[in-house]
Amino acid sequence: MQSVPLMSAAAECGFPSPADDYLDRPLDFNELLIENAPATFVVRVAGDSMTGIGIFPGDLAVINRARRVVDKSIVLALVDGEFTLKQYRRRGSRVWLHAENPAFTDIEILEGMAFEVWGVVTNSIRTF
Amino acid sequence: MARLFALVDCNNFYASCERVFQPALRGKPVVVLSNNDGCVIARSNEAKALGVDMGAPWHLYRGRFDEQGVIVRSSNYTLYGDMSARVMRILADFTPDLELYSIDEAFLDVTGIADLEGHVRRLRATVLQWTGIPVSVGIAPTKVLAKVANRLAKKDPAAGGCRLLRDPAVEEEALQALALGDLWGIARRMAVRLEAEGIKTPLELRAADPQLLRQRFGVVMQRLALELRGVSCLPLELAVPDRKSVVASRSFGRPITARADVEEAVASFTSRAAAKMRRQGLATAHISTFIETNPFREQDKQYRASRGFTLPVATADTATLITAAHAALAGIWRDGYRYKKAAVMLVDLVKASSVGSGLFDRRDDSRSLARMRALDGLNTRFGRDAVTMGRTGRPRPWALRRDRLSQRFTTHWEELLSV
Repeated sequence: MQSVPLMSAAAECGFPSPADDYLDRPLDFNELLIENAPATFVVRVAGDSMTGIGIFPGDLAVINRARRVVDKSIVLALVDGEFTLKQYRRRGSRVWLHAENPAFTDIEILEGMAFEVWGVVTNSIRTF
Repeated sequence: MARLFALVDCNNFYASCERVFQPALRGKPVVVLSNNDGCVIARSNEAKALGVDMGAPWHLYRGRFDEQGVIVRSSNYTLYGDMSARVMRILADFTPDLELYSIDEAFLDVTGIADLEGHVRRLRATVLQWTGIPVSVGIAPTKVLAKVANRLAKKDPAAGGCRLLRDPAVEEEALQALALGDLWGIARRMAVRLEAEGIKTPLELRAADPQLLRQRFGVVMQRLALELRGVSCLPLELAVPDRKSVVASRSFGRPITARADVEEAVASFTSRAAAKMRRQGLATAHISTFIETNPFREQDKQYRASRGFTLPVATADTATLITAAHAALAGIWRDGYRYKKAAVMLVDLVKASSVGSGLFDRRDDSRSLARMRALDGLNTRFGRDAVTMGRTGRPRPWALRRDRLSQRFTTHWEELLSV
């Protein structure tokens, strides 16, 4: 990942720059996007079931497998062996996957379905 | 306080890595092939249950695998290496004292940890949750016994992925079930030698006189026997020791007959080995080149040869080393053979900083060092072989065959999992 200099102070000859005492580390996008490095993975979004909250095909979704799943987490889930990116919903013992796109219906997780949360989506990155 | 070692071993590591990103492989027999899709080097439990052997050559088993629904993958070391680094980083959070023993195994010092069972349960759950890789843990007062405990943790479903051997009676029972060859560090030939001396089982080895073992078999065997008794002789090796030699070797994707193609392969291997050597701050004056036809093709004329070449002064310069490797190749090259494999070995490595100049020959000058630093820097940044020496050439007719390679899901933007 490229780093972006927050400020720069080229040393000319003779006197030190007055900014030298205030030099900081460059902005590090890893800091922003990676909560827990060994548990963080990146996937490419293909589907359009989450466009309502701004996750579009072609985006890079950052996934933290260490983050706890709670009601309304955006998750990468496995339902009957297929990956799907949805919002995790839970009320009492009912669990369902909600799509943020009216063209998709919610998927209720019923007994006998193979279901697992692969990881929690923490960010989506889009390049224009 | 009595020491305790834990051996953490990833279950069917290569197959498990593949499954993290390819759920369709779960519950199915999966095998991973060696470099160049030669033979089976890793099996899922389902493949083991079907009787697929380690080392089974793919070209012989292909039909049978198709019939039995065995899923085949080429080895994806980029993926396995990254997943391994993740697992090891998590383990390091559980104890600072750890020895990376192999790509999928680590020894941990767990001496004095209160609630050891809870600790291990959390460790296993964390690695599985964060990476998707299941691990088994064996704990014992010595490394050799920890290996035994790990084996039991894997074999016994009731163990729940963890076995603790801390009681001599339990250790004895565990060793009872093993053969000599099952012990860490006993190769088949050594087992035969031990048997000839009347030591036929691990328990007999444990009971043998350590002094006698030392006289007959050397200090390594003495330590092994003591470790079986619960006397710790093998400490954790926290730092990887410098290597004495570096080898780069590959089978060609198809047989090669042209000298120029073999020269290119040798130059490329030399570059790779030299980069590895420089990463450790080492240099060498000795290089040896090896070529071979395919011994499994009985219809072909067979030839294999190797030759060394010694430079006047040790160097870390890729260009100089390639010249030496080619000089060695010139001595063994024969036209008219179908070559299958080549290798380059850098031996007798020395610290680059301690190399002196000879009367006529100079050690690497600052220009060479700068050139190599630039080369290594670019290749680290843009991927291996982004920049190569003029002689290594490409495209490569001899490049690896990897027909069943999965994506490098964790290290390449263009190969990410698509969801």
